[in-house]
Amino acid sequence: MDNLAELLHGFTIAVTVPHLVLMAVGVLLGILVGVLPGLGAPNGVSLLLPLTFGMQPVSAIILLSSMYWGALFGGSVTSILFNIPGEPSSVATTFDGYPMARDGRPTTALATAFGSAAIGALIGVILITFLASWVAQVALAFGPAEYFAVYFLAFASFVGMGGAAPIKTVVALAIGFAIAAIGIDTVSGSVRLTMGVDELVKGVSFVVAVMGLFGIGELLVAVEEEFHARAVSSKIDWREVFRAIGRLPQHGVALLRSAAIGCWMGITPGGPTAASFMSYGIARRFSRRGRYFGTGEVEGIISPETADHAAGTSALLPMLSLGIPGSATAAVMMGGLMIWGLNPGPMLFVDQKDFVWGLIASMYVGNIVAVALVLLTVPVFAALMRIPFVVIAPLIVIICVVGAYSVSNSYLDVVMMLGFGVIGYLFKKLFYPLAPLVLAIVIGDKAEDAFRQSMLMSKGSLGIFFANKLVTCLIVAGIALLLLPLVLQLAKLWRKPASPATEPTAQEKVII
Amino acid sequence: MGRTSIFLLSAAATVLAGTMPALSAWQPQKPIEFVATAGPGGGTDNLARAVQNIITKHKLTEQPIVVVNKGGGSGAEGYVYGKASAGDPHKVIFGTSNAWQQPLVSKVAFNYTDLTPIAAMAQDEFLLWVKQDAPYKTAGDYLKAASSGEFKMGGAQSKDTDEVLTRMIEKAGKVKLTYIPFKSGAETAVQLAGGHLESHVNNPSESLGQWRGGTQRPLCVFSPKRLPQGPKVTATEGWSDVPTCVEQGLDIKQYEQPRTVWLPGKVTPDQAAFYVDLMKKVQATPEWKDYIEKTSQVDTFLTGAELEKFIKEDLEHVKQVAGEQGWLVK
Repeated sequence: MDNLAELLHGFTIAVTVPHLVLMAVGVLLGILVGVLPGLGAPNGVSLLLPLTFGMQPVSAIILLSSMYWGALFGGSVTSILFNIPGEPSSVATTFDGYPMARDGRPTTALATAFGSAAIGALIGVILITFLASWVAQVALAFGPAEYFAVYFLAFASFVGMGGAAPIKTVVALAIGFAIAAIGIDTVSGSVRLTMGVDELVKGVSFVVAVMGLFGIGELLVAVEEEFHARAVSSKIDWREVFRAIGRLPQHGVALLRSAAIGCWMGITPGGPTAASFMSYGIARRFSRRGRYFGTGEVEGIISPETADHAAGTSALLPMLSLGIPGSATAAVMMGGLMIWGLNPGPMLFVDQKDFVWGLIASMYVGNIVAVALVLLTVPVFAALMRIPFVVIAPLIVIICVVGAYSVSNSYLDVVMMLGFGVIGYLFKKLFYPLAPLVLAIVIGDKAEDAFRQSMLMSKGSLGIFFANKLVTCLIVAGIALLLLPLVLQLAKLWRKPASPATEPTAQEKVII
Repeated sequence: MGRTSIFLLSAAATVLAGTMPALSAWQPQKPIEFVATAGPGGGTDNLARAVQNIITKHKLTEQPIVVVNKGGGSGAEGYVYGKASAGDPHKVIFGTSNAWQQPLVSKVAFNYTDLTPIAAMAQDEFLLWVKQDAPYKTAGDYLKAASSGEFKMGGAQSKDTDEVLTRMIEKAGKVKLTYIPFKSGAETAVQLAGGHLESHVNNPSESLGQWRGGTQRPLCVFSPKRLPQGPKVTATEGWSDVPTCVEQGLDIKQYEQPRTVWLPGKVTPDQAAFYVDLMKKVQATPEWKDYIEKTSQVDTFLTGAELEKFIKEDLEHVKQVAGEQGWLVK
């Protein structure tokens, strides 16, 4: 109950007029950087950072964290409307969000995404409020072997499930791993796969890859298929916003499950991107309507969005209590903390109570401010879908080109982005799944580092993955998830042998 | 010549003397780009942003400054970018000693000779850290326990400063350590707090919070003398209470990481002189003192021949360690 008293004290700091104004400003700026691909929350926060040096630390963090909330929301907008994820963590939202928007329901898709995102964030904050000290201890138990087990679990929950042919999933994964390996290798310190191009030493930026694969790739497919070239005549209906929100409780199980996955991944810290993928993969497997995922399912939007925001919120906890950032944006904010003269770490909760609890209270208020502002923008954004394709297509190309260039002011990135566009197009045409490819690009190198660090520690023995209860549970859960579809298939075969596969077309549709 | 004109003349002379170097020397003609060879939030990034902030606040130059992060490939991205910008005096590269160390051990497409050294500002110290509840009290105890050969030492990156120091400790203390590379010092600190490692050699700022929080403590500092007196970190101890490693029988006198500032190659001496002067002005501000104190670094300023000498000596030393380990690239 101590925490509750501290929280109430925090509210007296957060709910003041200047701080509420800061929140609104932060959220609006955040939506802006989230909507513009290539800018993103980490860049937005680092641009804003110098402005905060003269501010009170608590005001500064409220501004920056509000911007973070805004960017998380904004990142979903372009994913849903144009299939271009503004943030790495909103890639999984494109899988069902974009088909739903194309289907003439952009308002529903956006409102569902925002509503479930707010619920995810709220659950994340509640967790921080009541379990701060316990959670910090859990995070400490994670060594390289445990990290690898978490990443393995994320892969396992996403691959090996229906949709694409398993061999195509494996091929997509392998290509993703190869792309993730480009650049300097952390463990050996040597340069890999740069093929004589000096600039590739920095590796392939995730933003460049997804903008090509999704944005340009989708565009090429749409140009080819004529029906896409029409504008979607969507009705802008204010009531639909509220109806979509009202329907959320029907998906209570999906919400809670996704929030749990998100919190877990935020704390451990697997990060929001891995969380959203994992949540989507698990939802697809356990939902009754799992086979329709990828065609505009409500739960296909709820799952990644809830997990993304729950993880994004709870990722701030390891930053505050351990000094280890759970996401790229948290890393920038941590740099800010040091410049303001605060040292992230276990003592922050003791030394800087006003700061910590002011921030936590501002998470409650800031998220409410964010969701209110963002819901107001739904009709505006949804109206963008009415613009005819011939107008919007060149705009998408411009956004992708500028976005790719702005990642590190490099022309090579633009060329690579266009190259990824062709890969995305080929993948779609040949029914290869994009999701495993993207997942491998995002967490492939982290998984590899963790695996090789574990091998260094154990002097090459795989026994390290079964060395304690925690890591054993994670690995066993991963293997179980990996084998589950195989077992189900076998069981099916057992019961009614030689029943021909039905609806191959529906299966092909499910491929993302 | 009337009195007034004498007065005017002397006034003009004073004004002229004040502005003379600025008038005769080169001045930037367009916005200046600060390239941090590290991701947002790291030590190098913090330095670039602190310098940007000081210059802007005190209006030390007319031109606006933007900071860009090119931290890919352990910083190689930023240096390669600097090399490609040869002759452009509006790009300033912020790095560490890896500007000359990285090309030794890794096939990166640059060498420090492709860049124009401006200055080394601020040195980061290294300390030997162990978990708070570890049984050893001194570096001597630690080495005795480490002779079992089962000790794991963590550090940031591979074949970089942390691993070089680890190999030096092995040699000086006659022990074998298993070095585990992580992405950053902050990550390494958490791994030590969780008991997954026996030790690491973080800079003060990377483990300050952890020391205050009682999850880890420093055994000794790799410096010829103890660190300067500052505010207490824990209830009883401050940085100046940490003994030097030599005092404790671990014979490594000095190991430091300078934060370095560079221009691209092929710039004129005038242009380089402008930035040397600019950095000197930055260092004279109270904000700089504040930055140094908050990040627990040591205030130094090396430029010109002194800097050349420092780089040469460090390079020789690293070459020797890297040669023994078989890291040198051919």
